[in-house]
Amino acid sequence: MPIQTRGEVVTVRRAGAYSVLTITAPGVPELTRPGHFAALAIGDLNTSGLLLRRAFSIHGVQSRGIYGGTIDLVISDVGEGTHWLLQRRRGDAVDIIAPLGRPFALPREPVSCTLVGGGYGSAPLFMLAEQLRERGCRVDIVLGAATEQRLFGVLEAKRSATTVTITTEDGSAGERGRVTDQLEMVMERAGSEVVYACGPMGMLAAVSELAQVRGAYSQCAVEESMACGIGVCMSCVIPVIGDDGITRMVRSCVEGPVFRGERVRWDDIGTVPADTLGAPTAGGH
Amino acid sequence: MTRAVVRFDTGGDLPAPNVDMTATLSTFEMPSPILTASGCAAAGRELDQFFDVTRLGAMVTKSIMMEPRSGRATPRIAETPSGMLNSIGLQGPGVHAFLEQDLAWLRERGARVIVSIAGGTTQEYEDLAKILRTQEGIDAIEVNISCPNVADRGQVFACRADSAAGVVASVRRSSDPSIPILAKLSPDVTDLATIAVACERAGADGLTLINTTLGVVVDTDTMRPALAGITGGLSGPAIKPIAVRCIWQVREVLPDIPILGVGGVRSGLDALELILAGANAVSVGTTVFRDPSAPLRIHSDLAVALADRGFERLSDAVSFAHREPDLDAVEVDEPEVPEWL
Ligand SMILES: Cc1cc2nc3c(=O)[nH]c(=O)nc-3n(C[C@H](O)[C@H](O)[C@H](O)COP(=O)(O)OP(=O)(O)OC[C@H]3O[C@@H](n4cnc5c(N)ncnc54)[C@H](O)[C@@H]3O)c2cc1C
Ligand SMILES: Cc1cc2nc3c(=O)[nH]c(=O)nc-3n(C[C@H](O)[C@H](O)[C@H](O)COP(=O)(O)O)c2cc1C
Ligand code: FES
Repeated sequence: MPIQTRGEVVTVRRAGAYSVLTITAPGVPELTRPGHFAALAIGDLNTSGLLLRRAFSIHGVQSRGIYGGTIDLVISDVGEGTHWLLQRRRGDAVDIIAPLGRPFALPREPVSCTLVGGGYGSAPLFMLAEQLRERGCRVDIVLGAATEQRLFGVLEAKRSATTVTITTEDGSAGERGRVTDQLEMVMERAGSEVVYACGPMGMLAAVSELAQVRGAYSQCAVEESMACGIGVCMSCVIPVIGDDGITRMVRSCVEGPVFRGERVRWDDIGTVPADTLGAPTAGGH
Repeated sequence: MTRAVVRFDTGGDLPAPNVDMTATLSTFEMPSPILTASGCAAAGRELDQFFDVTRLGAMVTKSIMMEPRSGRATPRIAETPSGMLNSIGLQGPGVHAFLEQDLAWLRERGARVIVSIAGGTTQEYEDLAKILRTQEGIDAIEVNISCPNVADRGQVFACRADSAAGVVASVRRSSDPSIPILAKLSPDVTDLATIAVACERAGADGLTLINTTLGVVVDTDTMRPALAGITGGLSGPAIKPIAVRCIWQVREVLPDIPILGVGGVRSGLDALELILAGANAVSVGTTVFRDPSAPLRIHSDLAVALADRGFERLSDAVSFAHREPDLDAVEVDEPEVPEWL
């Protein structure tokens, strides 16, 4: 169950191309599972002209301490809303709703798991790695980004994984190329049975396909533009195949953001496939 | 279902001022004039995590059609200054699933319910009305006529007095006579008053004003329209003056028709503004996306605003902005007439 609360900024600190925002959110840490997200209001709750909340994966939580419950978010300054958030200073108020969405599903058995993060998409993976290790799972991490500056959590990854593989598109760190260039080798070596991924849609599509080819499960956290984050507006839908084999336009804020990779029709995101339940007929809506 | 903890800064649960907040839309009486808006609250389950939906005037459900409907491709939304554009395309499960899952839940929960219906043909509206007639737990029906009319090259019903009235008449005829029918009008017309009058003559027991107004956002990075559907409906505080204008114009020609005002309400004073212009009750739409518990806050702030202005009953404030100019002078003592005059 989500909590709506007026959070107070504790710190904003740089981490390469990103910033980590730590903010109070009493009661949220106890409810948060890896893969949950938070939706933050930009500006004053009742007067700001930027109406829509911004969604961020929950990177970490601290349930005790002097601030009585805080969460960490990794924020990339890409536009007006994120810019406003990163201008906040200690003590400033930000309205938060969290935890939201459906988190990563954890395996019951201690299987080998590979975690793949693209850019700030690695944010939710470290909490996940910790919980997987507590269950006795082997954890291997693959992090990729355009440049070294846009990698997030390389040190944290090294603390929590058996192996860490880094890729950058410009070759400024690790292997030159994309995460998916290395993933097959990592999965092979680790004998991985589950792949967890968070990052751009193209990366998720490739990870999901590779997992399927190798007979592994995949759990992918998507990022679709959201107006409400709580399931009431129908803006955040993607085509997903249900248990009954039927494709529906599914809300990624409440039925996701984590989906089983093989259920998502990656190539059809941004369209309504013709065989979707209730799809427009020729000349229809 | 357990409820999310909502921490209010102020207000919220302060003792309510002594104002009678009863609101009526035709024969439907509600303890609060604040409702949700169609398409902005689903069918109540999600919001019930944030506040007790039975405290609302009523839940207005997402417009439902006969068959399941996928809606449009994404992107479906774009943020605009103090507003947003949406092109959801009436995604929904179809009326049968709606009755079994959503209406059943609302009934069990004890919420007051206004069911919104939408159709591509007059027949579809009529069929929906006949199905709803068999159901308990519906307090009113809102007819969303801002839908493309399949028989009229996709022109929306709400754009013409004859097509709007045609839908209203057939829904009125096919529905339980004791249940009020509200026609929800579009602001995107040249002469709203004529359409409002046509709907009233066709049997509408009330009007909902307004639906979204059409807009386009061009993304300057991709240099293409931001929405997959190209055009979208503008909502949020940006359209409040348009809502107030529409309510005002309709109130001028139909002094007694019940009006459910909607458009841009985010505060108690916004709600008051729509009420003063002529709304008998107010729906809160886009604001819920930002602040899910806003409807209750708006209710309490409205009660305070009414009390501050000396109103003992909400109903006394309805259309108050239309009063004769000299009414403001009644409180002033008559000046003594000098003897020499
Ligand atoms: C479930 C989820 C988890 C996310 N996790 C993170 C995270 O951990 N770190 C991080 O930096 N970002 C994350 N994002 C993306 C983040 O929400 C956007 O970068 C942010 O909303 C941009 O806002 P803006 O005002 O700065 O940008 P603008 O481009 O000015 O935003 C304009 C509008 O578009 C929306 N928008 C723009 N980019 C995105 C995007 N990529 N995804 C969704 N909506 C977008 C905004 O919400 C806003 O409504 C996540 C998004 C989702 C849906
Ligand atoms: C995402 C979204 C979906 C909507 N869906 C519907 C709908 O299904 N039926 C309808 O009559 N109005 C729909 N509306 C319009 C609202 O009910 C309301 O008339 C409009 O948004 C103006 O009010 P607001 O500014 O408070 O949001 C929708 C609005 C939004 C933003
Ligand atoms: S963002 Fe509103 S339903 Fe998902």
